[in-house]
Amino acid sequence: MKRLRLIPDETNFDFFKHAKFTFGASCVAVVLALAVWFTMGLNYGIDFRGGTTLRTQSETAVDVAAYRAAMEPLGLGDISISEVFDPTSDDSKHVAMVRIQAQEGEEAATPEMIAAVEGALKTVAPNIIFTSVESVGPKVSGELIQTAFLAVGASLAAILIYIWLRFEWQFSVGAVAALFHDVILTIGIFSALQIRFDLPVIAAILTIIGYSINDTVVIFDRLRENLRKYKKRPLRDVMNISVNETLSRTLMTSGTTLLALIALLVLGGDVIRGFVFAITWGVVVGTYSSVYVAKNVVLFLGVKRDWTKKDNNTGQYANIDA
Amino acid sequence: MLQIDLWKRVLIILTCAAGLYLALPNAFYGPVEQHNDAIKAMDVAGATPELEAQAALWPDFLPEQLVNLGLDLRGGAHLLAEVNVAEVYANRMEAAWPEVRDVLRSITPVRRVDAPEGELRVRINDAAKLAEALEATRTLARPVQTITGAGQNDIVVSGAEDIISVVLSDAEKLATDERTMQQSLEIIRRRIDEVGTREPTIQRQGSDRILIQVPGIGSAAELKAIIGTTAQLTFNPVVNRGADENASPGLGNSLLPDAESAGVFYIIETAPVVTGEQLVDAQPSFDQNGRPAVSFRFDTTGARKFGTYTAENIGAPFAIVLDNEVISAPTIQSAIPGGSGIITGNFSVEESTNLAVLLRAGALPAGLTFVEERTIGPELGQDSIDAGKIATTVAFIAVLFFMWASYGLFGFFANIALVVNVCMIFGLLSLIGATLTLPGIAGIVLTVGMAVDANVLIFERIREELKTAKGPARAISLGYERALSAILDANITTFIIAVILFVLGSGPVRGFAVTLGIGIITSVFTAYFVTRLMVVFWFERARPKTITV
Repeated sequence: MKRLRLIPDETNFDFFKHAKFTFGASCVAVVLALAVWFTMGLNYGIDFRGGTTLRTQSETAVDVAAYRAAMEPLGLGDISISEVFDPTSDDSKHVAMVRIQAQEGEEAATPEMIAAVEGALKTVAPNIIFTSVESVGPKVSGELIQTAFLAVGASLAAILIYIWLRFEWQFSVGAVAALFHDVILTIGIFSALQIRFDLPVIAAILTIIGYSINDTVVIFDRLRENLRKYKKRPLRDVMNISVNETLSRTLMTSGTTLLALIALLVLGGDVIRGFVFAITWGVVVGTYSSVYVAKNVVLFLGVKRDWTKKDNNTGQYANIDA
Repeated sequence: MLQIDLWKRVLIILTCAAGLYLALPNAFYGPVEQHNDAIKAMDVAGATPELEAQAALWPDFLPEQLVNLGLDLRGGAHLLAEVNVAEVYANRMEAAWPEVRDVLRSITPVRRVDAPEGELRVRINDAAKLAEALEATRTLARPVQTITGAGQNDIVVSGAEDIISVVLSDAEKLATDERTMQQSLEIIRRRIDEVGTREPTIQRQGSDRILIQVPGIGSAAELKAIIGTTAQLTFNPVVNRGADENASPGLGNSLLPDAESAGVFYIIETAPVVTGEQLVDAQPSFDQNGRPAVSFRFDTTGARKFGTYTAENIGAPFAIVLDNEVISAPTIQSAIPGGSGIITGNFSVEESTNLAVLLRAGALPAGLTFVEERTIGPELGQDSIDAGKIATTVAFIAVLFFMWASYGLFGFFANIALVVNVCMIFGLLSLIGATLTLPGIAGIVLTVGMAVDANVLIFERIREELKTAKGPARAISLGYERALSAILDANITTFIIAVILFVLGSGPVRGFAVTLGIGIITSVFTAYFVTRLMVVFWFERARPKTITV
């Protein structure tokens, strides 16, 4: 039977041939992402900045200007209205998201304010329904953003320690460098495209960390094995062998994961689209970074090659029992 | 070589079977849910033919635990309320004033003066008697009843010139906060139970917050209205006691049912003597004869009213009414002037404890500030479920086809393992009563994509081992062995992430962490052990000379 092959059985790519270019490109991308993040900022959802969102659904088309005009007299401060497009929904459903800033002196929205907004919008679209109303007070949103950063930081630290225990410290630095790359690029794309950045996106970033480290670990595991096997060959060659040997697996796994994610991205509805988009993007970036970032860092730092001999820097008293 | 012990084979098969068995009810979600609801309803209200028919929709001998659907899938309301615990300190000081006044009165005349909230300040007329006054005030202190606060008193009394100041001690504040939170949880739970919705979640979060999630409720505003209502606890004079539910109570009176025994009704005066808002505390205790009783304490106004009323009505019954039901109608045995008293009756220890809880639960001890609220309409939830189902099915079929096209027979084994894996995820989610959220569905889809990773690792490894030509059995065996370290490392790191997500996340994110974590465990099991068992079964029968993976 003819089997599906994404790549030939035997590959012999030199992944370091363009190391300067690929690593340089990664660095530029990270700097760019940071620049975009600091200049454009993130389009924080109410989870992180407080406020109220209403999801509306009506049979008539969404008229953003009319919605805005209807809500103007309520004096609620900053209001943003955006229409939500979904390829799977039919013509009878026109969905919009209305976001209202956190009100002075209030924690969560008062029932009166929500009733006023609903009443105002009903004058524009009589058959409008409100499929979800969410409100987060400034106090909670402040805590949520703190927890989010804490979660990302804790994940990176935990992985740094785990890889360090299981491999060498050079590997753990390489792995975490690759993860930073993935996280920064994900934040960068959310900032550049101004996609709503809320709590599930943080969960997605952590998932990306999990996925990307998965990929990196598989290559490292093979590298460790090959380092014992090919003791005399230069590190660069052993790395190339390892990546080539695991390449088929790397592409297969990314392929199946992407297949599943793209199905979810297209068909899973708009509520989790941001979340799924982040993971999909992360899988692509994560696969790239495992091959091109993590490895480059390890090559740059060098690895202790021979486990039978003592380390050179252990000093003359290393084998004297205390 | 390529062998698995018999007991291991049996264990693997049994584990799979258990997973499938536990997952089974979820395939028939509607009927099983009706069955469960009917059983619950029959427990409360007795059987009706209608309920019997609903209960019969699902046989009793099969498992009936379902995966809970999160609010984002079922629709409902979510509220995060902050309890203003500090309000209670002020109430306590308010209630302490008459006691302090009474003990000091015999020493020197006193006057209450303005003080910050949560502090009681009194001016004594004769500044020379400060030391004596302080000592007298300190006799009011009681030891704090917690483990951490052991050896400390509940109030701190200090004095300067002619001013005596009383505040709660830090240990007592902690203990009070704890009590306040317990009471708030209890009263909120009681209130929501009264609305009769299915499976509300009422959880404490952090030191002073309460998370309330009620599926199926129309809006968070509606939920706020229920929780925000003041408790209907009153102490009313009893006019008559009877069994006629149609009796005419007469002007100014009301007819109320007994909470405990059906068919017993009380006619009470509608105007209460005191209300639950004037109750400061209630604790289970014992009377002089050692019978279980409940001791209670009113605030100043409540104490005065209650004292006057009890003095005038010794021997008459009065009713303790909660939410328009008479929870108890004890007889007044003596005048109760000090604002604290004891309720005796035909109580067991358990009943007196319950009554104390009820009395405390009557009114929310402190105000609530709502800091977060979310309402998800049932339409949106249903849309999400539908979209999730389609996406999961498509993702599943795509991955199954991809694996089969890439690895042939071995891919087919991996596919069976994948199906078992998803069933086991649902089985385990049902078993631990976890909640499935929309990100949770994404977690399952992601697991489907990633679960094959372990099999890809193994199959790629077998391919490599085949090149060194040690025979198929050896290659398969080595493939499984040598891929294991990569599989473990890769999954442990992902599992660490799932744990961090679970600890730091909340709501839907936590649901995602649970499915991700469970998915990792089941996928390693199915991808490694289950496929291996299938390969071994196949190999023992077919005995192939060469294999292609």
